[in-house]
Amino acid sequence: MDPVDLAVVGAGPAGLAAAVTAAGLGLRVTLLDAGDRPGGQFYRHPAPGLGAARPEALHHGWPQFAAREAALRAHESAGRIACLTGHHVWSVLPHEGAWTLHAVAGHAPEERPAVVTARAVLIATGAYERQLPFPGWTLPGVVGAGGAQAMLKGGLVLPGKRVVVAGSGPLLLAVAGSLAAAGATVPAVVEAAAYTAYTGQVPALLRNPGKIVEAAGYGGALARHRVRLLTRHAVTEAHGTDRVEAVTVARLDRDWRPLPGTARRIPCDALAVGHGLVPQLELATGLGCETRPSPDGTVALVLDAEQRTSVPGIWSAGETGGIGGAQLAMAEGELAAHSVAGALPPARLVRRRARLRAFAGAMAAAHRPGGGWTGWLRDDAVVCRCEEVPAGRIREAAGELGARDARTVKLLTRAGMGWCQGRMCGPAVAALAGEEPAPDRRPLSCPVPLRHLAELPPAEH
Amino acid sequence: MRSPRSLVGGSPASCFTVDFDGRELPAQEGQSVAAVLWGAGILAWRTTREGGAPRGAFCGIGSCYDCLVTVNGTPNQRACLVPARPGDSVTTQEGTGRAELAV
Repeated sequence: MDPVDLAVVGAGPAGLAAAVTAAGLGLRVTLLDAGDRPGGQFYRHPAPGLGAARPEALHHGWPQFAAREAALRAHESAGRIACLTGHHVWSVLPHEGAWTLHAVAGHAPEERPAVVTARAVLIATGAYERQLPFPGWTLPGVVGAGGAQAMLKGGLVLPGKRVVVAGSGPLLLAVAGSLAAAGATVPAVVEAAAYTAYTGQVPALLRNPGKIVEAAGYGGALARHRVRLLTRHAVTEAHGTDRVEAVTVARLDRDWRPLPGTARRIPCDALAVGHGLVPQLELATGLGCETRPSPDGTVALVLDAEQRTSVPGIWSAGETGGIGGAQLAMAEGELAAHSVAGALPPARLVRRRARLRAFAGAMAAAHRPGGGWTGWLRDDAVVCRCEEVPAGRIREAAGELGARDARTVKLLTRAGMGWCQGRMCGPAVAALAGEEPAPDRRPLSCPVPLRHLAELPPAEH
Repeated sequence: MRSPRSLVGGSPASCFTVDFDGRELPAQEGQSVAAVLWGAGILAWRTTREGGAPRGAFCGIGSCYDCLVTVNGTPNQRACLVPARPGDSVTTQEGTGRAELAV
């Protein structure tokens, strides 16, 4: 197999924009994505078999996706892009001056190994949702805010009839709007940050009137559906036996500490909760790409003006460089494609990225969790969902046993050692251990059958 | 009455049933196993290894592994990723789903 010019990992907004731009500039491209269709999480949409006549009803900026998908199909027909959906890339390795990408293709029990070689790689692996645990968050009916959105966008289903939306970040407004438009009652959107946090970011806001219009649109939708917006509040507990029946909501101080005497109950049959997004970096960190702390308290890749990582031959675009949304991801994907092709990028693209990155920074700072959030985390509350490790055991490891980082906590308590490899509990464990979150380190980014590993050729030395 | 379907319009190419613990559940072509279960109002289809607590879909995108379930006898399948097929047999997964290996 001759290496292709560019392998793009992830067919979300960044990867899709990069692939079609690169192909348009004359490169041979292979685009891989774990999902069954391009679009990633932001443009997740029903399978053709579901026959949705108006998929755009669940989306913002759908025409921008539709245009790129049409370009993808045209490039595919012309043989310039190979689009490998259902391929989860689990590792990228250097190989004879190029790169080898290893993937698991298809679903069990028929999954098969797949290998792609490329001269350049663009990592557009996006993000997953940040969770800050609270008592009762493992009850059925408590789902990720992004999770509720994904299940609705992809499967046309709702987790319940009366869904509280909570956490922090602009995604909550979009989720509440979607759920309400699809027929759910949303009694409240519970936002931990104060929107006044944006007022210190006026220059970034003024450069992005489109974002203000979008926010106003969300506000209008919430008003139409009679959704209450509670800022500086958090869900501090979910109640129920077999499934969630109600949540406790409390007011927070500036540091996100729940204020005594402010708790009240809101009955519901589902809760959609999330605190923004976490860049998904394990493929990049596995290659040795440098990272940096992001203003939202997550870790992002260090990228130059052309979207190059610190490793020559590896580019990245979208959420991996810091959470900033789909518009920014598409601009960065196009910039990266120009760089890989050795073409000068259009000046408007460079300006657009700068403008949207400024907004992303403002947003990240506004929604950075305050340190007091652990005040709602009772010792008996589960923190690591996979290994069922309660907060008390993690506090004991960080206190009496002297653990100073998430890795030592993991060795002492198993928190972060389970199926999800610390994706769900990582930020919380780091907070309880008193450290800033460390960069993702996962040698395999998804489950790989042992027979696939056994079939690999011996490593070169 | 607003619903996800009324929002996007259209209709599925085909409808079929999926067996869940002996119950016949309606399914539409293109739905994941998790979507079929949510559509029937079922939110939990696994019990945890330690506490035996009920779990279902949480992240919805294949990252959290909370929605693991046994599909056609194969345990530990992520219900949010696996497409439902006509005649599938889905069973609640107890713990590791590997009780037959107990010694």
